Amino acid sequence: MNATSSATAHPVLDLTSVRRDFPILDQAINGHPLAYLDNAASSQRPQQVLDAIQRYYTHDHANVHRGVHTLSHRATDLYEGARETVRSFINAASVREIVFTRGTTESINLVAFTFGQRLKAGDEILITAMEHHSNIVPWQLLCERSGAVLRVAPINDAGELLLDDFLRLLGPRTKLVAVTHVSNALGTVNPVRAIVAAAHRQGIPVLLDGAQAIPHQGVDVRDLDCDFYAFSGHKMCGPTGIGVLYGREALLQDLPPFQGGGDMILTVSFNGTTYNELPYRLEAGTPHIAGAVGLAAAIDYLTGIGMKNIAAWESQLLAYATRSLLELPGLTILGTAADKAGVISFNIDGIHPHDLGTVLDQQGVAIRAGHHCAMPVMQRFGVSGTARASFAFYNNRADINQLIDALRIAQRMFS
Amino acid sequence: MSARASDLKDLYRQIVLDHSRHPRNQRRPERFDREAEGHNPLCGDKVRIYLDLQGGVLQDVAFEATGCAICLASASLMTECTRGRAVPEARAAIDRFEQALTTDGSTLTGDLAALGGVSQYPSRIRCATLPWKTLRAALDAYPDTVTTE
Repeated sequence: MNATSSATAHPVLDLTSVRRDFPILDQAINGHPLAYLDNAASSQRPQQVLDAIQRYYTHDHANVHRGVHTLSHRATDLYEGARETVRSFINAASVREIVFTRGTTESINLVAFTFGQRLKAGDEILITAMEHHSNIVPWQLLCERSGAVLRVAPINDAGELLLDDFLRLLGPRTKLVAVTHVSNALGTVNPVRAIVAAAHRQGIPVLLDGAQAIPHQGVDVRDLDCDFYAFSGHKMCGPTGIGVLYGREALLQDLPPFQGGGDMILTVSFNGTTYNELPYRLEAGTPHIAGAVGLAAAIDYLTGIGMKNIAAWESQLLAYATRSLLELPGLTILGTAADKAGVISFNIDGIHPHDLGTVLDQQGVAIRAGHHCAMPVMQRFGVSGTARASFAFYNNRADINQLIDALRIAQRMFS
Repeated sequence: MSARASDLKDLYRQIVLDHSRHPRNQRRPERFDREAEGHNPLCGDKVRIYLDLQGGVLQDVAFEATGCAICLASASLMTECTRGRAVPEARAAIDRFEQALTTDGSTLTGDLAALGGVSQYPSRIRCATLPWKTLRAALDAYPDTVTTE
């Protein structure tokens, strides 16, 4: 994804048809058409996903992996079918490597609580300065529990990882590398293949936070060669409350249980308990079956459009929006990496991001204002927050034009 | 202009814009005997209040802040409204302000009335109340950072 790759925006997909699939987009907000540009926080869902969830609860719901009755079989088939859909989507070797979670945050916490149990005082976890809080705090908590040390690789003024510094921080004490694939605050796409290769040369496993990457580009975990890959359903047109932890099977096999409860056991007695096999050992309790069903429907929808087409259109949107924004006086973009996804963090001289957010909302434009759960990134750039516009494949040039017009209104108002 | 766009003018009234562009008493005074810091973790607004409380009267009220227009204007208007008041009067003014913003804002008087429109924007009420909560903390000589959470 390259911000400067195209001069003009030509849709590579049928936007009229795509936008019809998203009923929520067809509404007025404060008297203006909705321009939804807060996709990095959460995307919207197509009717196909809403229908799949509705169909599941209307016809097929029961608990999974338990009953002998028809509905339980149907629910189990749908839930396990969703696991296969996820496996295929990210090209994992086996469904045993696909653990359903509540989302990226829980996926990362799962690794911190299970894989983390083997860490001891003096061991190191290496992250970067552009991580979301969800890829910082679980490691800080692990460090408090274990005495391990969190090391942070710096970024440059463009918001790119300083790879040489990162490589220098890799060493015999490093027990895990945890890096975001795409920065939620800056849009930077990290050189994850180089990171994984360098870590693996020293036998260090790598977790990738894929929350912002997976909705926008095809992800192949075997091609990336990562050991863990965490992502959320709700940022990729699926439901909230469902996410995935991909883990290399050999690594997952060695993990102790995360939570205890039903489904994760084979036998329980007061003398001891035998744990279930993968991935069930890491999924205690009744899972979010409808969430998995909805996520599978979202994957089918995205696959139907084509991840290549999605990446190509979003890249054009990013180029168009970047060019249009830079025409506004006093506007600064934070995050100007050469390899960038459809996220633009910006500030305008003399207008606080929160005020921008309110004025834009009055014009029907939804953006995020604040620190984007990445306070260290804000500190790195010496700001308390930014305004952030983030794109999905269903956005069009009209959305971006509406953003620009609304920003001009804000500038007139605060001038 | 739509009905809601005119509401925006109700939020950012001229007095509010004026105080946000040119905040009064935004300084660290040479002399003060109380200070407190307030923080809104949601948006990163930060306010530090300085008080000169000689004789039980707010002889000087000053602040330093990084924040949005609503927060800066509210802090600026607050210093003007509370300076010269006895401590109980200042506390009553804080209570009245918070009460007004959590209802319809119509009970605010004088220049403060310009902030009444904030009450119609639930996500922005904390921007306006942060300086006042921080002033209360300074009056209480509460040692820790207060937050609007």
